[in-house]
Formats: sequence, structure tokens, C-alpha cells
Amino acid sequence: MILAAAAPQGFLSPTGVEVAFLLVGVVTFAAAIVTVTTKQLVHAALWLVVALGGLAVEYLLLTAEFIAWVQVLIYVGSVVVLLLFGLMLTKAPIGRSPDADSGNRWAALTVAVAAAAALVWVVVDAFRAQWIDLDVPQGTTEVTGAILFRHWVLPFEALSVLLLAALVGAIVLSRKADAGEGTGAGTGTDQGTDAGADAGAATPDKEQR
Amino acid sequence: MHLAYPAVLAALLFCTGLYGVLARRNAILVLMSVELMLNAVNLNLVAFDVWLRDALHAGQALTLFTIAIAAAEIGIGLSIVLMVYRNRGTSDVDRLRDTVESAETAEPDGAPDATAAAQKAEATA
Repeated sequence: MILAAAAPQGFLSPTGVEVAFLLVGVVTFAAAIVTVTTKQLVHAALWLVVALGGLAVEYLLLTAEFIAWVQVLIYVGSVVVLLLFGLMLTKAPIGRSPDADSGNRWAALTVAVAAAAALVWVVVDAFRAQWIDLDVPQGTTEVTGAILFRHWVLPFEALSVLLLAALVGAIVLSRKADAGEGTGAGTGTDQGTDAGADAGAATPDKEQR
Repeated sequence: MHLAYPAVLAALLFCTGLYGVLARRNAILVLMSVELMLNAVNLNLVAFDVWLRDALHAGQALTLFTIAIAAAEIGIGLSIVLMVYRNRGTSDVDRLRDTVESAETAEPDGAPDATAAAQKAEATA
């Protein structure tokens, strides 16, 4: 895989794909920076959309087509919506909130810049002479489906069980605890939000336990 | 394409997420930064999978699994944040200091206070 000696590849003569990757990468990185530094909480979520969408374009440029559309569907479509709902339900202030950053931001900046310098130096030094050959697409939907359901079926099924467990756990965690059960041990067996309607019927049942 | 481009972009995105996790105060913003870090790892996985031309495409399969696990993580994390907000009235990670280890404050009278306040908040919620 050492192709550095080949003539048409070099830092000074980038291909069109490399130029596109670089431009989209700059946009993605800038959006990520704004996401972690802006003082407006809702704007942070919306800039996260730009960063994740830019990453989807990078996947397309790397010929991983299926991953790109999954990225758009899952991240841009659902995760950001979940985050916006979370911001709404925790009554996040619209507009500038002065306490979005904690007091240790300079220590955090130091750690992040040091880690970035070390990682970039190591990565560039290690892969200086390596080139990705993009002439054959590596991640079309056909290829991804074949490998996923031929070689990775068991992890795939285990993952579906994990997703189900996570959803059930999220529902259990976000149910409201019953008001009359503050001292009881079994706080998991509550009635949810409509406990006021049938509290009289439910109380003897709980006394038995 | 030079392999350094995606690798450097992934490293920079990871460090941006690292800064966000360490510097942000709102728990939901911390979750957003975690998403950035996970996406940086995904970019690395895809780039190295395309570079190595793995016959099993382990990198892309692992990327799909990481995306699904990230979705599960954001669901659980948000429900935990919502529960904390309902019990404490804040989603500010700097104020959740019940398990702080400080030498000067008397531990046995600080902890029951916080527990009682949490139970009261839970009862009124």
C-alpha cells in the first residue's frame, strides 16, 4: 500500500475530491467549534446539525454511501431532535445564557489543545505516505447489506436487543415517581402521570406488597 | 485521497468534543460534545475501512453499531438529565456536588440534608 512514489499523488497537487474534503472539513470543524463555544443553547444544537451533516458529506466523499445516509437519518433526523426536546423540557433559556461555560474552561482549553497537537502530530507522522484509493466504491448499500447480514448478523441482533433495553430503560427512568410513595422502597412500580385518578384503587394494592 | 485528511479532521473533531465535555456546564451541551467525539471516531473507522479495503468491512459495520449505540446513549442520557432536572430543578453539572469529597465540611450532616432535599423535590414533583 505504499503508493507515495506514484507521480500524480502529492500534497501540492490535490485532486478534486481532496479539495472538496478539505472545504467540507473546514466547515465541519468550524461548526463543531461554534457548537462547543456558543452561549445560546438552541444555537448549539442547530450548529451540531451543520457539523453532523458535514460529516455525512465526508462519508459520501469517502465512498461510504450507506453510512452517509444512516448518519443523516439517525443523527440529523433523530438525535438532534431529541437534544432539542431535552433543551425544551429542561426549560433552557432562549437567548444568551452567561453560565453556559463552567469555570474551568481555560484548563479544558489547555487539555484540548495539547491533545489536538499530540494527536495531529502523531497521525500526520504515521500516515504521511499513505493514500486512500477511491476508484472502487467501498460502501455502497449492496456491499454494506451483504457484509452486515452475512458476517455481522449476531452483533446486529444483539444490538437490536440493546436498543430495546435502552428504550425500556429510558421510559422507566423518565416516568414520574408516585407522590404517595416517597418513603417506600419500590419506587419503580408507580402509575405514571395519571396516578391521581386511580390513587384510591392503587393504594391497597401497594399496601399488600 | 491522502489518508492524513480524514485522520486529522477526526483528531480535531475529537479534541473539540473533549473541550466541550470539560468546559460546558449544561448537561445537554455535554451530551452534544459526546456526540461530536463519537462522530470523530466514526470518521476514523470509515476512513481506515476504505483505506484497508477490508473484506469483511469491519470498520463500516462497527460504524453502524456505534451510531446505534450512540442513539441508545443519547436516549438514556437525556432521560437521566430530565430526571435530575425534575428532582433538583437544574441540569447544571457544576451544582450536582452530592458526592464531593471535601475535607473541611462535616460529611455526615451534609449528605442527609441533600438526600432529604432530593426526596422532598421528588415528592413534590
